Amino acid sequence: MIAKRDVEKVFRSDEFSAIGYAGTGSVGIEFVRLFQVELEHYEKMEGRPLSLEGRANRLAWMIRGNLAAAMQGLIVVPLFVGYDEDAGQGRIFSYDVAGGPYEEQRFYSIGSGSVFARGSLKKLYVDDMPVRDAVLACVQALYDAADDDSATGGPDLTRRIFPVIATVTADGFHKLSEAESEDYGQQVVRGRMSQPDGPPAPLHVAS
Amino acid sequence: MSMPFGYVSPAQAMRDKAEYARQGIARGRSCVTLEYEGGILMMAPNPSSALHKISEIYDRIAFAAVGRYNEYETLRKAGITYADVTGYQFDRHDVTARGIANYYAQNLGTIFTENLKPFEVEIVVAEVGAQPEADQIYRITFDGSVTDEPGYVAFGGQADQVSTVLKERYSPGMSLTEAFAAALAALSASGNGERNEMTANQLEVAILDRTRDHRAFRRIRAARLEELVSESRGKTQPASGPATDAPATPQPPSASPGPATGPDAGSTDRGSGLGGGDDTPRL
Repeated sequence: MIAKRDVEKVFRSDEFSAIGYAGTGSVGIEFVRLFQVELEHYEKMEGRPLSLEGRANRLAWMIRGNLAAAMQGLIVVPLFVGYDEDAGQGRIFSYDVAGGPYEEQRFYSIGSGSVFARGSLKKLYVDDMPVRDAVLACVQALYDAADDDSATGGPDLTRRIFPVIATVTADGFHKLSEAESEDYGQQVVRGRMSQPDGPPAPLHVAS
Repeated sequence: MSMPFGYVSPAQAMRDKAEYARQGIARGRSCVTLEYEGGILMMAPNPSSALHKISEIYDRIAFAAVGRYNEYETLRKAGITYADVTGYQFDRHDVTARGIANYYAQNLGTIFTENLKPFEVEIVVAEVGAQPEADQIYRITFDGSVTDEPGYVAFGGQADQVSTVLKERYSPGMSLTEAFAAALAALSASGNGERNEMTANQLEVAILDRTRDHRAFRRIRAARLEELVSESRGKTQPASGPATDAPATPQPPSASPGPATGPDAGSTDRGSGLGGGDDTPRL
């Protein structure tokens, strides 16, 4: 049974970071909300935003605090990303049930369909991709995850439900509009009509 | 019948405390808050760029204070915590300036009554609405009294003098430049008819911008602050042609010499640093 078709799982945590989660919906939403409040609270109190590591560590502390509930089944595992203004690059932090964070390189995914998504990204990801390509790669990965995992929802063309897509760059957090999201969704689906397994990666690396 | 040594009547004790607090507040500098067309402007003389008198409390709510720095810093942080907790427990829309003002009033009232020494602070909480009619400004004094101050308010230091000038210069629906000029003129006026010209690096200025999404609070600093200071003095014509909102800057009214107010504590610029006359942190 599908619990909810149109759940939002990607959120702006502050101007230069975003958070997604996998696991129990209500606990996830609560953590996201609390995390947003905590980041803003620190910024107002101290007059400066937390460093990206500070935010990642704070999130780990929250997840660790949930361990008892997680043992009873209310698991939440987040994926935290941000643009590090000092380093001038994006960074990805993953967690496990007892906390973290683990810094990931290049790409990552979480959730029941994450293994399929990650395998797809492994073949599609290229270093220093332009934003459009990065978005497209993610939508392709999501499609592959939905294709192989019953608990992952793919693009729903009849109801016009498309992935929630956001970017975090030097210009800050930006959530793509529904129209833009639909654009990417339709593009991927159209491509799949002729190539159901998606764009193949080149087998021989040009030397 | 002789009174036991050291007895003070409660009425006398309260009067003494109130006098103490009033004197402490009058020794510092003034601060002004006023509504303009695009939101609410707050301005205070402040030589420090790191220690603030004006701060953000919540999405559309700001805080300004005069008096003893460590005391109003405590209140600022308590107000932010109260706002964030309320917004989290319920919803962001459930945090209001009135609620925060009442919270401050409660705390300051208790502190005034129960503490050996009252807080020497005066606080303004302002909230910007979607429309000018919804803007609110509240002033909370050292003993927990709250007043609603529509349009504009001057507090701290030589508040009466500043308020007089502000009242002359204020009108509803001013542009930011006009409001800035009015605030600067009011803060520059001193009791003995002289004008105390302040430069951009001696001012702390912030606005609550009605049109901004989510967080309305913005500090005005650096180039933009210099620009506004110059425009308000009429030294330069507003450089940008379109979108200019400054009419010809009105001539500042000549300040009539007021009665001498004792030591010049409120009217002369102390220069950099926090030192009050008695080495207490007082901005």
